[in-house]
Amino acid sequence: MSRQENSDRLGVLKTYKLYIDGKFPRTESGRYFKLKAADGKILANVCQGSRKDVRDAVTAARTAFAKWSRQTAYLRGQILYRVAEMLEGRRLQFTEELVEQGVTRDKAIAEVSESIDTLVYYAGWSDKYPQIFSAVNPVASSHFNFSMPEPTGVVCVLAPELPSLLGLVRAIAPVIIGGNTAVVLVSSKQPLSGITFGEVLHTSDLPSGVVNLVSGFRDELIKTMASHMDVNAILLCAEKDRVGDSVVVQEQAIENLKRVSVWKDIEANPYRIMEFQEIKTTWHPVGA
Amino acid sequence: MPRYQFREGVWPTMSLQKIDYSQFRRSPTIDLVGVEERVAKFNSRSIKKESKMFALKLAMSLCDLTTLDAKDTPGKVKQLCAKAMRPHEDLPEVPHVAAVCVYPNMVKIAKKALEGSKINVAAVATGFPSGMTSLKFRLDETRWAVSEGADEIDMVISRGKFLAGEWQTVFDEIVAVKEACGKAHLKVIFETGELSSLDQVRFISDLAMDAGADFIKTSTGKVQPAATLPVTLVMLEAIRDFYYRTGKKIGMKPAGGIATAKIAIQYLVMLKETLGEDWMNPHLYRFGASALANDLLRQIVKEKTGRYQSFDYFSKD
Repeated sequence: MSRQENSDRLGVLKTYKLYIDGKFPRTESGRYFKLKAADGKILANVCQGSRKDVRDAVTAARTAFAKWSRQTAYLRGQILYRVAEMLEGRRLQFTEELVEQGVTRDKAIAEVSESIDTLVYYAGWSDKYPQIFSAVNPVASSHFNFSMPEPTGVVCVLAPELPSLLGLVRAIAPVIIGGNTAVVLVSSKQPLSGITFGEVLHTSDLPSGVVNLVSGFRDELIKTMASHMDVNAILLCAEKDRVGDSVVVQEQAIENLKRVSVWKDIEANPYRIMEFQEIKTTWHPVGA
Repeated sequence: MPRYQFREGVWPTMSLQKIDYSQFRRSPTIDLVGVEERVAKFNSRSIKKESKMFALKLAMSLCDLTTLDAKDTPGKVKQLCAKAMRPHEDLPEVPHVAAVCVYPNMVKIAKKALEGSKINVAAVATGFPSGMTSLKFRLDETRWAVSEGADEIDMVISRGKFLAGEWQTVFDEIVAVKEACGKAHLKVIFETGELSSLDQVRFISDLAMDAGADFIKTSTGKVQPAATLPVTLVMLEAIRDFYYRTGKKIGMKPAGGIATAKIAIQYLVMLKETLGEDWMNPHLYRFGASALANDLLRQIVKEKTGRYQSFDYFSKD
């Protein structure tokens, strides 16, 4: 008997969970918020991530950093390109999800395309930005003196509310291509795309813990992210109606001198990789 | 071979030293499922705020700060001793640890570094970690460690002999080492990861306490699995039964694999609910650990500042 779609069939709804350390756990707090479509229909129960979820995610990111930061630029580029491939294959799913969350179809299609292109763009930069931003420095002694970028460590990302998918990709791609690991608070207005993006990352040979995705609210988590002593940098994608965010981030980041990046747009360019890099300078003796 | 089944009030009344272990095993069997369920209950306790702070500080005071590497140097041992006396520079309220645990050839250095403090020096002896050498050497090593100044001796049992059923030999060896210890306290390490079942753990616990152990200890830290909550629960219950039987309080030392404050607190909950507060002090309970101290400090600082902490800001041991 051939399989037929039965109109009485009960649909299988996806549970939207967090993405931490290569797993999809529920929030440890057990809290959820309802995400509603424009017509008031409930789209999903979304995890309301807690401080402890952030803590667990930072632990995972710290562990993953040791290996990820030492991978070759070539491999990191390959893996990011693989993420693009996986997203391409799920184009329809992401488009539908954006439409469900209130984006017009045309805009949704364009947003998914741009997201894929962004991944390819940064994948290409992986072995080029170190060449462009490194330098051989003139010194008055018999030394080669050169400076080169190195990843800063664990980066907390407060992803933009909109566009939820493109904004997320634009924020995390430059962070991880530079060898950092990321703990990301996804959009709370359209959290589904960010959480589903975890499935793409999970099937792309990206090692566990390199990107960790938490859904929830900025008000609750921004201070935890900005004050965490084991976080080395924080990227705040600024929202026009939340002018206080950058103050909180900068105040809390002082204690361990986190790098702070505040983005007012989501442009893609190689300087954005450099915002999460340290410069190491090495002296090497030369003869005569 | 007849097997002794535990019933209240039927323990042998003969002199403990004369129990003939070759004839029968007197220990009760262990209900594995029951133990696991009990352990799961301990792990569900929520310890917050003041209670957490109390537990963290208590755990620190119960630590046997340990370094047992072939690469240990005098400098490393001195650094560890400094940390033992004052775990964190900015936190004078954090208590010092109970003891520093080292190899016998480091005892003198540790003893000197700890001069004036109340911290004991524990030495692992008897061919640690395997114990695979003649009894004579093991006894000589024990006497030497004590003569170097060790306050406590951590011995290993002969697991091979125990598993082969030579229980009397194991018993006699513990008696002999205890005698060689003189005034030093004796901790007996079972290496429970090599003993295959909780029945065996219970049996060796009873045997070692009868033989004169002051402390019973799970593991060397060199074998996986090391200390686990189920194994420790079985040993705690053996200690409790021994206390009911003889009126003597024997100490407990889980060691190996207890690296986080969270796990340490679970152990303390289990201790409190099995043996009670009498045992919650360094005379009767220790953690054998190296990484634990830093995680305890990290949590204490977190409780004080509200900021999650990084290992970047704690000494590397």
